[in-house]
Amino acid sequence: MKAMASGGNGTGTRPTRVLGLLTLVATALLALYGLVLSPDDATQGSAVRLLYVHVPAATLAYLSFFLCALGSALYLIPRTRRTGWDRLAGVTGELGVLFTGIVLVTGMLWGKISWGTYWTWDARLTSTALLFVLYLGYLAVRRMPATFESRARRSAVVSLIAIIDVPVVHWAVDWWNTLHQKTTILRLHPEISGLMAFSLFLGFVAGFLAFVWLLLHRYRVAVLEDMLESRGLEAAIAERRRETEAVPATVVGR
Amino acid sequence: MLRDAALVAAKDLRIEWRSRVTTNQVLPFAVLVLVLFGFALEPDRGTLRTATPGLFWIAVLYTAVLAVQRCFAVEVADSGRDGLRLSGLDPAGIFLGKAGALALQLLALEAALGVGVVILYGRTTDVHAEHASGVVVAVLLLATALTATAGLAATGALYGALSAGLRVRDTLLPLLFLPTVSPVLIGATKAFEAALRPTAGTHVREGWPWVGLLGGFALLYGALGLLAFGTLLEEA
Repeated sequence: MKAMASGGNGTGTRPTRVLGLLTLVATALLALYGLVLSPDDATQGSAVRLLYVHVPAATLAYLSFFLCALGSALYLIPRTRRTGWDRLAGVTGELGVLFTGIVLVTGMLWGKISWGTYWTWDARLTSTALLFVLYLGYLAVRRMPATFESRARRSAVVSLIAIIDVPVVHWAVDWWNTLHQKTTILRLHPEISGLMAFSLFLGFVAGFLAFVWLLLHRYRVAVLEDMLESRGLEAAIAERRRETEAVPATVVGR
Repeated sequence: MLRDAALVAAKDLRIEWRSRVTTNQVLPFAVLVLVLFGFALEPDRGTLRTATPGLFWIAVLYTAVLAVQRCFAVEVADSGRDGLRLSGLDPAGIFLGKAGALALQLLALEAALGVGVVILYGRTTDVHAEHASGVVVAVLLLATALTATAGLAATGALYGALSAGLRVRDTLLPLLFLPTVSPVLIGATKAFEAALRPTAGTHVREGWPWVGLLGGFALLYGALGLLAFGTLLEEA
């Protein structure tokens, strides 16, 4: 925030730079342990390495959607209404979609390796895909052309509708799926210990650091966007005025 | 609140009755969807008959999108929305009225689609005396239609108010509405399958838990609509 206040043109400050560095270190360690040092799983083989990204991403996606709903609810309650809550909801909504995307891609790759197909109508996979589309809708509402107040309120309501839908969708799909196919497919979470558990832990650390880093930067970008929106008109008027003042001089010059 | 709801619902239904948009445009569209399914799945009636419950509810969802758009388009023209806000009616009542009018229109469309399915797909109930009586099947079908429609109407009224008056409403509404109501599609399809095909290893009884799910969905979004509709109406 300091960088922005002092007229700097970036969103980085010393703490976020340190945080960024820590994220890079944790990611490098995750790559080292997850890809090189940890052993193959007895049954899953190398596919187990996807887990070190997949599980933390899923956790962070749910955390993001929870924060998005929290920010939306606090914005809708008149007593706690602050612009910041709307920004938090918007930023975490975007992060949730990002992490859900990672969950879907790693889940499908896992499926291709373990089950021989990218897509099965597994309850978890299907409900995650629906969740992804739901929040894409939320992001669409956030980008709609409207006044700040109108957009903030409408997107807050959409966020609440979406978070309520998450358990309902999961329940319905789960139920539908178990009635459909009686065979149980290979679970995504084998027993892990030792270096594998440590790699998963590193996955959580790297993921969480990346989440906080992205959250801070995206939030600051959102503040800058709002400033641009409010100051943009003033700046445009000032520019127009300068132009009209400059015109007579050029006319005289001719 | 209920009196306000009745006023709003009566107004909406009167507009529909006079303009005939639902009967002249939405209903033909619904039948068209049924015909297109027929083209896509070959006129082989076996496939069509097996997939009938799902196709029926997909057709209902598509027509619901149109009905929701229509239901709120009438408020945008001539600043009807401002009129609603100035009327002093309870926002919860307006929500109930909107959702109620929407539900009645959807039920009428579903009845017409039901007739369409019987005629076009040759689908009637394969009820055998040992499985269930015709009355039990009819009650399950009716309960499914009522609860599913209530859920669709509640969600539709919320999203309709939300996207009304926006330039991007035509593309935004289906993107928001369809994934949200996917549990309704699943539940209603499974309940209809249980009612219509008790011979294929399922029993009519198995449809009732799905009706429970549909009822829960309707209550959940009904409650949210009652709470949040005022917020959506205020800021227009």
